[in-house]
Amino acid sequence: MTPPPLRHRIITASLLTVAALYFLVPVYWLVVSATKNSADLFGTFGFWFADPHPVDRLTEVLAYDHGIYVRWLANSLLYAGTGAVCATLLSAAAGYALAKFPFPGRDAVFTVVLAGVLVPGTALALPLYFLFSAMGLADTYGAVLIPSAVSPFGVYLCRIYAAAAVPDSLLEAARIDGAGEARIFGGLALRLMTPALVTVFLFQFVHIWNNYFLPLVMLSDSGLYPVQLGLTSWTGYADRQPVLYQYTVGGAFLSVVPLMVLMTVLQRYWRTGLTDGSLKA
Amino acid sequence: MPSGPEQAGRKRARGAGGSRPRRARRTRTRDARAAAGFVLPFLALFCLCFLAPLGYALHQSLHRTERTGPLGLGREHETFAGLANYAHALADDRFLAGFGRVLLFGAVQIPLMIVLATALALLLESASARGVAFFRTAFFLPYGVPGVIASILWGFLYVPGISPLVKIADSLGWHLDFLSRGTVLWSLANIVTWQFTGYNMLVLIAQLKSVPGELYEAARIDGASAWQVARHIKIPLIRPALQLTGVFSIIGTLQLFAEPMVLRPLASSVDSGYTPNLHAYSEAFVGNNPQVAAAEAVLLALVACALSFGFLRLAGGHAGERR
Repeated sequence: MTPPPLRHRIITASLLTVAALYFLVPVYWLVVSATKNSADLFGTFGFWFADPHPVDRLTEVLAYDHGIYVRWLANSLLYAGTGAVCATLLSAAAGYALAKFPFPGRDAVFTVVLAGVLVPGTALALPLYFLFSAMGLADTYGAVLIPSAVSPFGVYLCRIYAAAAVPDSLLEAARIDGAGEARIFGGLALRLMTPALVTVFLFQFVHIWNNYFLPLVMLSDSGLYPVQLGLTSWTGYADRQPVLYQYTVGGAFLSVVPLMVLMTVLQRYWRTGLTDGSLKA
Repeated sequence: MPSGPEQAGRKRARGAGGSRPRRARRTRTRDARAAAGFVLPFLALFCLCFLAPLGYALHQSLHRTERTGPLGLGREHETFAGLANYAHALADDRFLAGFGRVLLFGAVQIPLMIVLATALALLLESASARGVAFFRTAFFLPYGVPGVIASILWGFLYVPGISPLVKIADSLGWHLDFLSRGTVLWSLANIVTWQFTGYNMLVLIAQLKSVPGELYEAARIDGASAWQVARHIKIPLIRPALQLTGVFSIIGTLQLFAEPMVLRPLASSVDSGYTPNLHAYSEAFVGNNPQVAAAEAVLLALVACALSFGFLRLAGGHAGERR
């Protein structure tokens, strides 16, 4: 193929650079601001450093209020990690069965799951709160964990993937060899479905990590808060205690960096997983 | 969307019943039992977290709490209210205004974001792009920033006195006000666009990658320009991915909550009824009116379903015929 003319390459490069600036400038602001103390945060130019002491600033965030921030971070990890693992396993099993077993009511189940994909999560959060508080489950870890383990989109993706990636002949062969259904699923199907499972796990992890409405509605004990909820509770008090603005910025930085590193590393894998989903959709 | 595997499954099911009925029947019961074991754990939780709350909300939305006794301080009891809560919600100008606002928001922000995501995907996938890996990562990065944090971040970039953007504009003689009554909706749209363009771009790139390269080669040899290839080959081929991103954007827009919630203290025009979700939330927890909030949640779910089904119909019709 002949290389495109220079003019094209220059236009492409400049458009991509402008876009990159748009997406990166707020992140850059966050990095710069996380190194400032309260006075400098408000008193100095936002896009440049002023007397940076990143380690001191971030230690202050971690130490404030007996280390409540660390607890919030641990809660977030618990909600997102446990929730995503459970959601992935449940979706894998359900998607596999929907793809590979012609059982009565299968189409009905799949339609209900699809409708579940289309019902907005936050429209459900309030009713879920009413239900859970009637059951005495509100304001517990379970109030956030249980709904996080359900992913209709995960079932949808696993079904599509299993239909294409798990050959019937292999299942038949395993059955003739005398393997039980659970062993076939655990030993064969799960392995063949790995790319889809990684995608579901990542989606669900990010979804739970980013979810704000559900914990906001469900939790009132600040010891159970995930990190986002904790940070907004700080901004709520910042009028009376302006140093909390600084801690919010530092806390936001601390919570965002690990996820960004994770996404950068996993991006390649994520992309292949997405291809499998949308290609066959 | 799922018509492919669906049909394949049905064909197989019929095929399995073929020549030896007794064995087939045994297979079928075994299948059903195994399938139940795999599906039930998910279904049980799905019922608890999707169907039961919807049912409960539906029930609640049709009832009202009444107090008996002097001054209404006596015992509470629930009575059937018919559609009164719905009538109450639909007669509330602020709730309706919130809906209108969110629809306007979506009508502007979703097309803008999808056009931007498509343009970036096509640019990155064009042969003349250098540093693809860097740019892709840079565009995708904001997806890793939760809505709340993105809003806190942009909040600082919007507030006069702190915002370096306002400062720069001031020194150039422009007066920027991101949080005025007229602009704050678009400042919110900017936060959402910033967060999700890169994600949508990645979905589109994934679909572009699935297009065989020979197709472009052939078009090039036939003398098609880069623009013609994009317009007549790439865009039609990524249509399913465009539909997917469209539906998820519609659902996301209707749920708009965290962004206005975080900007509320900064912008006086963002009130407690700014979006339907915000309105339902304050109805439940500030107004102490869970039944009306339930009615509003049901209405929100209905509108979201109707819009996304409608969109899929509208956008999916031709693709389905072609297949």
